[in-house]
Amino acid sequence: MANLKNKNLISISDYNKEEYLEILRIAEEFEKNPKQEILKDKVVASIFFEPSTRTRLSFESAASMLGAKVIGFSNPASTSQSKGESLHDTIKMLSSYSDIIVMRHSIEGAARYAAEVSSVPLINAGDGANQHPTQCMLDLYSILKTQGTLENLNITMVGDLKYGRTVHSLVQAMCNFNATFHFVSPNELKMPSSVKMYIKEANLNYHQYTDLNEVIPFSDIIYMTRIQRERFSDPLEYEKVKDSYILDAAMLKGCKNTMRILHPLPRVNEIAADVDKTTNAYYFQQARNGVYVRQALMAAILGVK
Amino acid sequence: MTTENKKELIVSAIENGTVIDHIPVNTVLMVLNILGLNDYEDEVLIGINLDSKKYSKKGIIKVRNKYFEQHDLNKIALVAPNATLIVIKNYEVVEKKSVEIPDKIEKILKCINPNCITNKEAIDSKFIVKEKDPLKIQCHYCEKTMTNIRFAE
Ligand SMILES: [Zn+2]
Repeated sequence: MANLKNKNLISISDYNKEEYLEILRIAEEFEKNPKQEILKDKVVASIFFEPSTRTRLSFESAASMLGAKVIGFSNPASTSQSKGESLHDTIKMLSSYSDIIVMRHSIEGAARYAAEVSSVPLINAGDGANQHPTQCMLDLYSILKTQGTLENLNITMVGDLKYGRTVHSLVQAMCNFNATFHFVSPNELKMPSSVKMYIKEANLNYHQYTDLNEVIPFSDIIYMTRIQRERFSDPLEYEKVKDSYILDAAMLKGCKNTMRILHPLPRVNEIAADVDKTTNAYYFQQARNGVYVRQALMAAILGVK
Repeated sequence: MTTENKKELIVSAIENGTVIDHIPVNTVLMVLNILGLNDYEDEVLIGINLDSKKYSKKGIIKVRNKYFEQHDLNKIALVAPNATLIVIKNYEVVEKKSVEIPDKIEKILKCINPNCITNKEAIDSKFIVKEKDPLKIQCHYCEKTMTNIRFAE
């Protein structure tokens, strides 16, 4: 069994297949029985240098369901960093007060650096455009829950595949499970070649499309993402494609019964409201799974599971 | 005098020390920088635009009374991949070495990502070499991969 005690989670590549599976197994335990006061004598420092209410609440409710005390801040203006204190000093100070640190920061690499400075383990809750590994873990958990397995699936990703860090991490993680990837995006927002190289190196296959309808019949998972206007160099190009990557209930005719739709949330209009009532919609449960996965991570890293 | 003899002369001009040969002309100063020779107290001789078989012109650096660790020498492979190192003792060539790009590069490079923590706080940069030819490196902190390198000032 994988031993995750004191192991930082900064990047999705920090953990191997066995370790992902261990976290998912523990998350399943918490889903059945979420209130376990096993972190009663522990202090979780939840420090958000950049606001992200959704992620913060998910972590903090996970911590309090385990009985831990949560300290920290959610408003960067209230921190001593805004008064010029270095990240180094903030982390040094906080790691003497807490047993584990959960950190969100707008600067890439801040989490890796903070983990090197900290005397307690650290979970990256997002570092700029770089990594957001707990999102990836909850995506894996959602796939496992809905498909019964992570192996040999057809994983479709739709929308902004160029800048979407969640899809990049998910590809990386799913390369451990013999997935076949289907990438649906406008030409301007295609999956970067570095991610495609990663798939090739894992001896797996990917296919690229511009038409969402093509992939619906054979997908096991459709992972939707938001297309943002500011990503386009040409605003006309955005106007041309913006409605082509909207999923509505009528399009789901002919999909697999077991197909599930995921989305990292918040959505804007890329999933029509009429999809919410279908059995294929899973994005709200997916968000809830984040709490179990974060419970599992904290418990495993603190060595109580 | 033949070219071979001339070369001998260049090499044997110091009694003890290291000769770094076959440096591209435009990176001689970078090599000095990387090896920290800017503030070296003893004699450093620099030759630029010498005739070379490998390049049309080459640079050469001779450092008196100094021997380098292989891992320091390897750093210069980033700018002088074909450099040869000649170790001189008592005017004699006692060893010839080549350089190889190391697996990890610390301090000397700068991350190209302006939003990387190494460009925001006083932190030494650290890169993992993903591929050597052509060079591809990844920032240990922000995880960005890059094929163009930039030296720290
Ligand atoms: Zn960087």
